[in-house]
Amino acid sequence: MQGGDQRKYGNGIIVSVITCTEIKQGIAIETGKTSPQYFNACSIIELHEDDFKALGINKNTNVRVTSAAGSVILKAVVTTQSLYPGLAHIPMGPWANMVVPAYTYSTGEPCFCGFDCLIEPAPEEKVEKAVKLMHDKCGLKYVGDPHYD
Amino acid sequence: MPEVIKNVACPYCGACCDDLEVTVEDGKILEVKNACIIGTEIYHHASREGRVGSPRMRQPDGTYKDITYDEAIDYTARMLIKAKKPLIYGFGSTNCEGQAAAGRVAEEAGAVLDNCASICHGSSFLAIFDTGYPSCTLGEVKNRADVVIYWGSNPAHAHPRHMSRYGVFPRGFFTNKGHRGRKVICVDPRYTDTARCADYFLQVKQGHDYDLFDAFRMVMHGYADDVPEIVAGVPKEKILEVCDIIKKGRYVHIFFGMGLCHSDGRNHNIDIAINLVRDINEVTKCTIMAMRGHYNIAGPGVVWSWQFGFPYCIDLSKGSHAHMNPGETSSVDLANRGEVDAFINIGTDAGAHFPIRAFEKLGSHIPMVTIDPSVNMAATVSDVHIPVAIVGVETGGICYRMDNVPIQYRAVVPPYNGILTDEELFNRILNRMLELKEQGIECDGKWEYAKAIPSLIPVKLEPEA
Ligand code: SF4
Repeated sequence: MQGGDQRKYGNGIIVSVITCTEIKQGIAIETGKTSPQYFNACSIIELHEDDFKALGINKNTNVRVTSAAGSVILKAVVTTQSLYPGLAHIPMGPWANMVVPAYTYSTGEPCFCGFDCLIEPAPEEKVEKAVKLMHDKCGLKYVGDPHYD
Repeated sequence: MPEVIKNVACPYCGACCDDLEVTVEDGKILEVKNACIIGTEIYHHASREGRVGSPRMRQPDGTYKDITYDEAIDYTARMLIKAKKPLIYGFGSTNCEGQAAAGRVAEEAGAVLDNCASICHGSSFLAIFDTGYPSCTLGEVKNRADVVIYWGSNPAHAHPRHMSRYGVFPRGFFTNKGHRGRKVICVDPRYTDTARCADYFLQVKQGHDYDLFDAFRMVMHGYADDVPEIVAGVPKEKILEVCDIIKKGRYVHIFFGMGLCHSDGRNHNIDIAINLVRDINEVTKCTIMAMRGHYNIAGPGVVWSWQFGFPYCIDLSKGSHAHMNPGETSSVDLANRGEVDAFINIGTDAGAHFPIRAFEKLGSHIPMVTIDPSVNMAATVSDVHIPVAIVGVETGGICYRMDNVPIQYRAVVPPYNGILTDEELFNRILNRMLELKEQGIECDGKWEYAKAIPSLIPVKLEPEA
């Protein structure tokens, strides 16, 4: 409904992002945070059809998502719970949190819902595993482990 | 012989369904009845291969080595004593007995004690401190409510059996027509699967719930004429229509979730919601409830209020009295400012659910212990990972439902590989701390604090002119 919010920027668009919980993500948490189910459920960004058009990409293409806090590669998919153009959704989890601003407005609550992101097509880039992202960010060497590989 | 255990309670979401039937044989779970798909997965996960069966410690080369419980407890006790300001965070997924034991450990350690509320319904607590909490139990909703509002919450995904047990479909004492006798209103920026079950859907512009509440309150106070044609993306006639439904209701109930807590305005979205509830009570009966996330995230609020007088963000570092100020003593703010020098992640996953810029300060630089039944993101970067029994599957205990009703959880199988419960573990950590202090081990004040985030102001991205 609310159009006109979507803003072009270079070869990308700026959208407002929310991170929410989802049933597929809930099941995958219980299957295991290192399972392929968790990867598939959480390493995505849901966009409105109009935003796909604005980006000039097909569904299930990888995109680079950049906020004031950081950047991450995710797979762009069409949502089942419809959004309005200019609003995007990433399921809660380590991928979403690569871009969630840690600022809390002195309440303890980071900006999980309603922060700006630049979305750019990145069809050649790879979506990283969460454990790898986590190790990189914490400056630890990723050596693998029987419990999470 | 397979045995069917009845009245089992599910350890996932705040709906705390306690009508599960679990079939077990030889300590293995065969079948789960009545649970939703997430609940079912929990029980099957418990019996799956590859669980962590003993504590593990990170080696210098990055691999993990199994250690004994004694070694893990000694490491944790020493860490807590040596640190000037350790942070103990989590507790959404453990029982009240474990939370009380952790409270005693935190007091001895002079730690900051915090639970997942600080990144979840912490905003609601702040609003409740300001304006109060006109609430009820879920049975009241089931038996009386004829207008149910889901505002910024999506139970179809987050609390899958909430609508069928309490909110929409059940036939209660005064609501014997079930969902046909109820008007369901959903307010959300997305047309969610919950909105699909609703009679009225208001598509609010993300982050503008406050405006919409304001419009509702104007109507309730008799200033409907002054409401603009469109508020927060919602046409005026829709607002008037829904306000009419509310005024005609015999019992109105509002459930709210992260849509309010996490968006711009935080606690103010909730305090205006509570004020709207007061306004509605001038015309009819109205109550409100936070859709608490984990099955026992209401637990620490209750347990620590008994112990310390505060529900979350409790700074015990003064030793003599507790202090609470969420903007200062919450886990994320402490991490952002680099004000902790040791971290325990218990019954949660700060790795997956903190913004990475806050978590990397905890995960990279200071000693960290994860206490969790399974491998999660925090465990993969911890110095020590201590597995514990799963509440509701391998151990029982008291857990508080989203309406603060205590539910007795029960065990259906014995703990995997004889692992400890949270309560046993924290009691042993406390004993070990007392032993070490007796031996003269104390905080030498030498540990470095985590590194602060240099610049924190969230910049809005603006397109080039
Ligand atoms: S609705 Fe929540 S408590 Fe009930 S079975 Fe599903 S996950 Fe468990």
